Amino acid sequence: MRDSLIQDTDRSKIISRRAMLLAGGKLALLTTLAGRMYYLQVMQADKYATLSDENRINLRLVQPSRGRILDRNGVPMAVNQENYRVSIISEETDDLDDTLDSLGNIIPIGEHDRARIIREAKRHRSFLPVTVRENLSWEDVARIEINSPDLPGVMIDVGQSRSYPLVDLGAHLLGYVSAVSEQDLQGSNDPLLELPGFRIGKAGVEKIYDLALRGKGGTSQVEVNAVGRPIRELKRNEGEPGVDLNLTIDLNLQQFAAQRLGNESASAVVMDIHTGEVLVMASTPSFDPNAFNRGLLPEEWKELSTNPRAPLTNKAIAGQYPPGSTFKTMVALAALESGIITKEHTVTCSGRYYLGNLVWYCDKSHGTLDLKGGIQYSCDSYFYDVARRVGIDNIAAMAKRFGLGSRLDIDLPGEATGLVPNHAWKKSTLGLPWTSGEDLNAGIGQGYLLVTPLQLATMASRIANGGFAVQPHLSREMIQGHETEPRVAQEFKSLGISQASLATVVEGMIAVANQPGGTAYGARILDPAMAMAGKTGTAQVHRLSTYEHKLEGGKKPDQLPWKMRDHALFICFAPISAPRFACAVVVEHGGFGASAAAPVAHDIMIEVQKRYPARLVLQEPCCSSDHKHG
Amino acid sequence: MLAAENRHFRFSRSEMTLREKLWHVSWSFVLLVTLVCSVGFLTLYSAANGSIDPWASRQMMRFLVGLGVMLAVSLVDIRSWMRWSYLLYGIALVLLVAVQIRGSVGMGAQRWIDLGFIQLQPSEIMKITLILALARYFHGASYGEVGRPIFLLPPLVMTLLPVALVLKQPDLGTAMMLTLAAGAMFFLAGVRLWKFALVIAAGAGVVPVVWKFMREYQRQRILTFLNPESDPLGSGYHILQSKIALGSGGLFGKGFMLGTQSHLNFLPEKQTDFIFTMLAEEWGMAGGIVLVSLYSLILVYGYAMSLKSRNQFGRLTGLGLTTTFFLYVFINIAMVMGLVPVVGVPLPLISYGGTAMLTLLFGFGLVMSVYIHRDVHIGRRGASDDV
Repeated sequence: MRDSLIQDTDRSKIISRRAMLLAGGKLALLTTLAGRMYYLQVMQADKYATLSDENRINLRLVQPSRGRILDRNGVPMAVNQENYRVSIISEETDDLDDTLDSLGNIIPIGEHDRARIIREAKRHRSFLPVTVRENLSWEDVARIEINSPDLPGVMIDVGQSRSYPLVDLGAHLLGYVSAVSEQDLQGSNDPLLELPGFRIGKAGVEKIYDLALRGKGGTSQVEVNAVGRPIRELKRNEGEPGVDLNLTIDLNLQQFAAQRLGNESASAVVMDIHTGEVLVMASTPSFDPNAFNRGLLPEEWKELSTNPRAPLTNKAIAGQYPPGSTFKTMVALAALESGIITKEHTVTCSGRYYLGNLVWYCDKSHGTLDLKGGIQYSCDSYFYDVARRVGIDNIAAMAKRFGLGSRLDIDLPGEATGLVPNHAWKKSTLGLPWTSGEDLNAGIGQGYLLVTPLQLATMASRIANGGFAVQPHLSREMIQGHETEPRVAQEFKSLGISQASLATVVEGMIAVANQPGGTAYGARILDPAMAMAGKTGTAQVHRLSTYEHKLEGGKKPDQLPWKMRDHALFICFAPISAPRFACAVVVEHGGFGASAAAPVAHDIMIEVQKRYPARLVLQEPCCSSDHKHG
Repeated sequence: MLAAENRHFRFSRSEMTLREKLWHVSWSFVLLVTLVCSVGFLTLYSAANGSIDPWASRQMMRFLVGLGVMLAVSLVDIRSWMRWSYLLYGIALVLLVAVQIRGSVGMGAQRWIDLGFIQLQPSEIMKITLILALARYFHGASYGEVGRPIFLLPPLVMTLLPVALVLKQPDLGTAMMLTLAAGAMFFLAGVRLWKFALVIAAGAGVVPVVWKFMREYQRQRILTFLNPESDPLGSGYHILQSKIALGSGGLFGKGFMLGTQSHLNFLPEKQTDFIFTMLAEEWGMAGGIVLVSLYSLILVYGYAMSLKSRNQFGRLTGLGLTTTFFLYVFINIAMVMGLVPVVGVPLPLISYGGTAMLTLLFGFGLVMSVYIHRDVHIGRRGASDDV
């Protein structure tokens, strides 16, 4: 027993010592735990706090509503339409098939759609809605709402889609919106572009003012759980909605012009000669921009892109035509300003003009004419003579001052430059010397010359406003990226043309549209308060040989195939007493400017002046010397 | 001999009345255990998004049952426990084999036997009975005997048998705990340190063999443990999310019921194995340290009560069970903090689950029994000597 007790004392000592060792080990391990806690929860706390927030906070973009586009009177041309969609959340319905059956009794659901819905419902997380149908009518929405107790998990939500209520009216200048392409994504870091279903401007003012119209995306911080189900919204920043874009276009006039152009492949531009506001920019035929928003069918695209009348082209800015006789105004000004001729300079027209051993034709024998007569009768012989004396370089310089041969930088994409040739141009492009025959051609607006209808309207404006470099524009505000500010009355630079020279040309243009024998006398405006000055032009498409000229000279345009007929052009401004509006009309393959273009311009200018009567002298003292001209 | 016997008799407490025994119960220890369990109820309440159902309420019921069991166990004479220790070990071993057979008949791993009101896990029972059996074996061992390798063979077999069965289930966590607790018993019994070194060296040699026997998911867990960031959405997800929850809790936590990682379900198993993470996310490092301190206090009680015992069996049993408790604490917390592989060991007294709760309270009952019967002298050949 004693041994046993002693032994137990020994063992007690051993176990006590070892227990202490063991306790020490445990203490060390528990300290390790505390140290690990310190490392994770104090030293690395910031890192893990960030990771925790990244886990739970889901940043979602809030799509701003796109700005509307309005005409100068506030009539909407592009709006956002409420797009009612019906969706189904599979976790909220007991039986997806049953619910789809019930829903199918209210709105038709095709077999194909049904298969897609079931497929998507299986693939997506059960709390995510699957779109059943878009673009519901009000009746459908109402019927679904009434039956909602029988439709568990069915919900209606509303999105926005772009809509052009005027359909094809003004489609070219409005442009359209369409889905974002790969190229759009490159070179832009706006996260909005990556939103599913987001649309951006692809043409017209929709494109050029896209940033301002688009607005700025907001963000919504949503707390989500581990499977991505939104729990609550933590913070919301609405972003900035797109700004409404006010155009200078007058929709009534635009519609009138478009109807007046009818089925022709034609364009018309009306602008304020002092401010450069474009009131009408019509191009026919047109297209429906809504089709681009929803997506074009292949056959629709084929029809639009292969139609010889080019419905997708905005002919007012992208159509390039020889200016024909409308260019004689430039030739006359170049001659007068260079001092090579005076307005008394006379030329006798025998219907032919000889240069060396070549013959150049005029459409008839006009007899002896001075400059006014040359313009009034649009005598080619007169301008062959003048052009030969002045030379292409002088003419080209004058044409460029009036806005031809380069872009006018109107706020639209796709503007063409046109072409004003001179010696240097021919040498550098074609490597050939300029010939004097080409001087003659240029004298009547043929040859290499190309202009756009917008350039013609601008040229007419600059003649009418006393020689100021007015620039056309479409937006009533100055817009730079996202920033918008009111457009201040612009001081346009003087072109430095003597008023006497301008008066001479204007006198000729008045005669064209008001005096018997004037080429547009038939299209004169009878009301003296609205009377216009103008210049006709007929641009050759098919160059006639001398032989053909003899044979077919008398042939009427409608006897030729459409594609070979001449383009009909007309430029004008009105009223004569205090000019305010200029207009250019180009009818492709329309025949003579006098018969195909001038009557259209006549009707448009009457309509314009009805809506915008001449300014009263007392209200705005003197238009030709108002504030815009100093 | 008789005189000695008589003298011993006076000092023994074999004749203690129930009242005396109740008087000797360490009520402050019972209070401490209740306090830790209450932390668990609170955390389970938060885990259910501020609801007593389904976890906190059921856990409270289990605690009340467990508390009764703990007191009942503590009042049973330590000599009875010693007498029954081999029998209990044997029963546990048979049950382990039984679930092994039933598990292979049924589908996949089966670790429990359904008793209706509770699902009995033989591996949990083994955590206690192995300690009891080893304590009994080493109770009579002299210093010299412990030094003989042959003498160490039976307890080694006693340990490796259940470890092998549990590994086969497969339950890496329990196998680890059994091995480490048994190791502590050998150490306390006085086995020389160089022998441990030898075993550890041998164990290292066995690693490739064990690796071969492991299931794919177990291997994956170990690989993931070694580099959790390698697969953040796959196997590393648990550890990574747990670390994010802990780290984002910071020094003072996100606030009660405000743990985002837990409430938004980024944290897996938040009411069971990863409950410490949730607690430390909501209460921060401060909360974690408080809990670890409470656990340490339980350990101190365990040591104090065990070392007060005047018999080797009591000391070994008390210290062995205290060590088992420590292993629960350490493995679970180290696991959720990414210090050891995720092996499925619950946080003692706090994780939702009845079996572990019952095992732990049963164990504490035994430790208390050791303390209540601390003055009982038990002869070298066991309790039967005294009768």
